[in-house]
Amino acid sequence: MSGATHTPAAAQTTTFGNAGALRIVMMVVILGLLLAAPFFLYPIFVMKLLCFALFAAAFNLLLGYTGFLSFGHATFFGGASYFTAYTVKEWGVSPEIGILIGVVGAAALGLVMGLIAIRRQGIYFAMITLALSQMFFFYCVQSGWTKGEDGIQSVPRGHLFGLIDLSNTTNMYYFVLAVFLIGVAIIYRFVNSPFGMILKSIRENEQRTVSLGYAVDRYKLGAFVMSAALAGLAGGLKSLVFGFATLTDVTWQMSGEVILMTLLGGIGTMIGPVVGAGIIVTLQNELATSDFPVTIITGLVFMACVLLFRRGLVGEFYASRLGRKLGFRPEQ
Amino acid sequence: MNKLIMTTALVAAGAAPAFAQVSDDVVKIGILNDQSGVYADFGGLSSYEAALMAVEDFGGTVLDMPVEVITADHQNKADIASNIARQWYDTEQVDSIMELTTSSVALAVQALSNEAGKVTITTGAATTELTGAQCAPNSFHWAYDTHALAVGTGGALVEQGGDSWFFLTADYAFGYSLEEQTSAFVTSQGGTVAGSVRHPLTNPDFSSFLLQAQASGAKVIGLANAGLDTQNAIKQAAEFGITQGGQQLAALLFTLSEVHGLGLEAAQGLSLTESFYWNRDEASAEFGNRFFERTGVMPNMVHAGTYSAVLSYLKAIEAAGTDEASAVSAKLKELPVDDVFAQGGTVGANGRLIKDVYLMQVKAPGESDIAWDYYNVLQTIPGAEAYLDPAESGCPLVQG
Repeated sequence: MSGATHTPAAAQTTTFGNAGALRIVMMVVILGLLLAAPFFLYPIFVMKLLCFALFAAAFNLLLGYTGFLSFGHATFFGGASYFTAYTVKEWGVSPEIGILIGVVGAAALGLVMGLIAIRRQGIYFAMITLALSQMFFFYCVQSGWTKGEDGIQSVPRGHLFGLIDLSNTTNMYYFVLAVFLIGVAIIYRFVNSPFGMILKSIRENEQRTVSLGYAVDRYKLGAFVMSAALAGLAGGLKSLVFGFATLTDVTWQMSGEVILMTLLGGIGTMIGPVVGAGIIVTLQNELATSDFPVTIITGLVFMACVLLFRRGLVGEFYASRLGRKLGFRPEQ
Repeated sequence: MNKLIMTTALVAAGAAPAFAQVSDDVVKIGILNDQSGVYADFGGLSSYEAALMAVEDFGGTVLDMPVEVITADHQNKADIASNIARQWYDTEQVDSIMELTTSSVALAVQALSNEAGKVTITTGAATTELTGAQCAPNSFHWAYDTHALAVGTGGALVEQGGDSWFFLTADYAFGYSLEEQTSAFVTSQGGTVAGSVRHPLTNPDFSSFLLQAQASGAKVIGLANAGLDTQNAIKQAAEFGITQGGQQLAALLFTLSEVHGLGLEAAQGLSLTESFYWNRDEASAEFGNRFFERTGVMPNMVHAGTYSAVLSYLKAIEAAGTDEASAVSAKLKELPVDDVFAQGGTVGANGRLIKDVYLMQVKAPGESDIAWDYYNVLQTIPGAEAYLDPAESGCPLVQG
């Protein structure tokens, strides 16, 4: 956090009211928009967007608040989507149990990967996570239960708690929205807990945190597993939304995409990854019908973002004169 | 009174075609495939052009309603494809989705189209699952499948004298199943399999695998892989002088577009199976040249298959008098398929188009006298041999 000499909150009360109130207003507006979204946007598209937003937010938990750049998050996202799809389709478990299995599976994968990867930092950490996620990708390609490049198809959405029929799009939408909000609430709570503060202090100065008596490796592992589990939540949810789990979600490109989403939106902000995911998913969807190759456009967007908005869109807004006036503080 | 009823009935009967049931007053076909990734040449926007050609050749309207073709790039991602497909059905009044390169995409879109009660005709994907265990009443598989490729390259090549085989197999499910199916046809024709070696997916260096294949002394080296792996293996085999040493390369999934990409120098002597070759007869050459004028490339079996799929779909709508999915599907299964792509083709109850496929050999640079003249047709394999009998396909729709 910036060690500002004057407290921003006190300064803001005179001009625009305090930031806390503004945030609440913003949250209410966003919540209202999300509740109303299926009536004016395509519901499946919004559900997909929410899944990716949750995935990016989970990724940001690690990159933004702990400072670890993982290049293997597709493992948790895609792995969980396989676990959920498989258990729901083959074992016939209900959707909430299927998602739970996906989350637990992703957390277990996260524990294994985390135990190995957190011993190193920076580029080495990224390379270890990339290597392990490639191992998982090849496992998914080869093993029989994932059905190779065909993927697990025709996964039924089933009935939530045995009561609510999720094959109804409206029901499914509000289920996805609820899970998304719970996921984001967990991340918010996590980041603003004493645990989260220690993570930030590890990010800022690991040596000093050690000297204060914290076992930093445990905190890092905790954050890694948490991030993996939440990415798994998003993955499991996505497999139910679309009714399939395929190799796309475990490829290294997917790990890259989530980094792109987070960077584009703004690292270390709550809303940034959500905005970034929204932009990328919308681009992929809207540009699908253009004659111009989609990948080139997303590449250009990424370059423009890195060159022009180093803090990401939301981060730049927070740092701008208007953002500061409204009481937002840029990270770092 | 009786007379009145009669007249009313007659008027109603006579008027029926005029009130033909076409939903939303337009027949809309969506071409959904990879337009920016590894399969962009294999299908891509050229498939969209093929669909447009079919509509124009049909006359632009069916049952007096306009026919429209739209297209999108699914980027090889099943979720993007699924999203677009749903949106097309729900908000764009699309009646049928075709092409569907990549098996995960084809299976996903086929399943959701089945729920939505729409017709799909897959030309770009290879998996026999589409008309096997995961078959659907309104879904069709048009251009080729892994079974036909294995029969063509595996079975027919043995008849041509290639009776001992060594496989270079991509180390994942698709590679195994290609190897397994092809081996079965090789041995059933009296050939032998000397051995096989598995290479990782997207492998840049085939030298050690090719040396093993060379040392095996097998007459044919079967490439049970796809895309870039096949291309790399062929290029490196050319550098090793494998074909000059008397061994023959056989690719299991390779089309004219990839041969063009490699060039005849590297690809010469390669055996492969396709269900279409533009320079096979006069009609196909005429189609090929028209296609070339529009796209700048000659059609492979996916492009020609897409043309045929659109044309057959429109004919079926005309015959059914409606664009309602189950009526159109019934007509598609009933009518023979006769066009530039298929002659005397029939459609099985599982949705599989059964037509001849061809074993080809890539020409040497000296043999090819006009541009894109790449193949010698070695053998024609009748459809009934090339494709699984619908009753044995494992499709639940077929009474076994």
